Amino acid sequence: MTLGVMIIDLAKGMLTSIEIFLLTLVFSQPLGLLVSLGRMSKNRIVSTVIKAYIAVMRGTPLMLQLIVVYFAPFYIFGFNLTGFRFPAIIIAFSINYAAYFAEIYRGGIEAIPKEQYEAAEVLGYTRAQTFFRIILPQVVKIVLPSVTNEIITLVKDTSLAFVLAQAEMFTIAKQIAAKEASVGPLMVAGVFYFIFNFVVAFVMERIEKKLDYY
Amino acid sequence: MSEDKVLEIKNIRKSFDGNEVLKDVSLSVASGEVVSIIGPSGSGKSTILRCATLLERMDGGILKYKDDIAASDESGHMVYADKKELKRIRRYFGLVFQSFNLFPHYTVHKNITEPVILSGQCDAKQAGERATELLERLGLEDKAEAYPGSLSGGQKQRVSIARALAMKPEILFFDEPTSALDPELTGEVLKVIKGLAAEHMTMVIVTHAMKFAREVSDRIIFLENGVIHSQGTPEELFNSNDERLNSFIGKLEE
Repeated sequence: MTLGVMIIDLAKGMLTSIEIFLLTLVFSQPLGLLVSLGRMSKNRIVSTVIKAYIAVMRGTPLMLQLIVVYFAPFYIFGFNLTGFRFPAIIIAFSINYAAYFAEIYRGGIEAIPKEQYEAAEVLGYTRAQTFFRIILPQVVKIVLPSVTNEIITLVKDTSLAFVLAQAEMFTIAKQIAAKEASVGPLMVAGVFYFIFNFVVAFVMERIEKKLDYY
Repeated sequence: MSEDKVLEIKNIRKSFDGNEVLKDVSLSVASGEVVSIIGPSGSGKSTILRCATLLERMDGGILKYKDDIAASDESGHMVYADKKELKRIRRYFGLVFQSFNLFPHYTVHKNITEPVILSGQCDAKQAGERATELLERLGLEDKAEAYPGSLSGGQKQRVSIARALAMKPEILFFDEPTSALDPELTGEVLKVIKGLAAEHMTMVIVTHAMKFAREVSDRIIFLENGVIHSQGTPEELFNSNDERLNSFIGKLEE
């Protein structure tokens, strides 16, 4: 196999990796915000359930979570798993990353002094207005560096989808490597991940700069 | 003459974890009156303001703005007005915090205009005009597009006064407005408050600045251990024979 063909094959896999990456971000960010609010809830039952969820998500391997999410419907309900592979991957990644994002958001939300809430209250802001106009924009700025860290990890974690034999870049790299008996494809995949993250870091840095207006 | 009273507080009590901070304090403020509250730390001064501005729920007593009852224990237990009613009552007052509490992610201009617009008092254009007018009056016209982080403490506090005034409150509370400022910056803030007093803005000021309280107030209240120890005109208080009061004023004037 020529290097050119290999790169094209890997690039195709990369598209799937990017898809996993983007969908996970789209779902896990808002879900993470909800989870963080649940974690801080004054309702004991809610906060305990959320705490347990976060503990499981952070305490067990993502690879295992992928397997559980994919096979659970079959073992528990006897569902046919045709076509469920990709959705299972997105669900597993999203609920896993939501747990990490939730803890990052919680840190950010708790860093906002309570006087900000009081000032808004006295000025007649409703609770929703206070959260979305006063608190959240400040939280975003605080948490951005930590979020960037997680996002970069996510780029590399997309390779874990190989465990469900999803044809993303790492799965393909492994297949070619096995067929050709060479580590070359894995090295090339490594370069691809690096470039991917280089772009991610660049974009996040731009966003950070843009938020540096105050 | 009860319609002249902007604020009426009767027999308020407030405890924190069993520690009684306010024991039966009553205070009415007439329209146009400037009342200063002085007293040692922990005497309950700030707690009065926090109860009056609904940031703290009182354990007992009556809180009334004009003819609107915000809270009352006349039925035997503490009852607050409903959410909608309290929202309306909040429009009566403004509060200037010791630590300014401006919104750091908003420009000075937006800090002032957004609350006005959200309250539905007027549209963005009118709110903007109101802000510009206030900033000019407070000597901050060139800071409209600045963010709070780039301002000095004195400027921040003036912006926070402008923010409160833009809501057109009937009464303005100040919680130690100069305590977080460098001594050389207190003057510019006190000057603004004096200007408001000259325009007969109704104000309640918790302060440690004795000379200022003496100059600006119609009435001074000396609070100690959660009760009003004494009150009167500045002249009455500063010429009093009361030993405790004299030792407190003397301590701070040196």
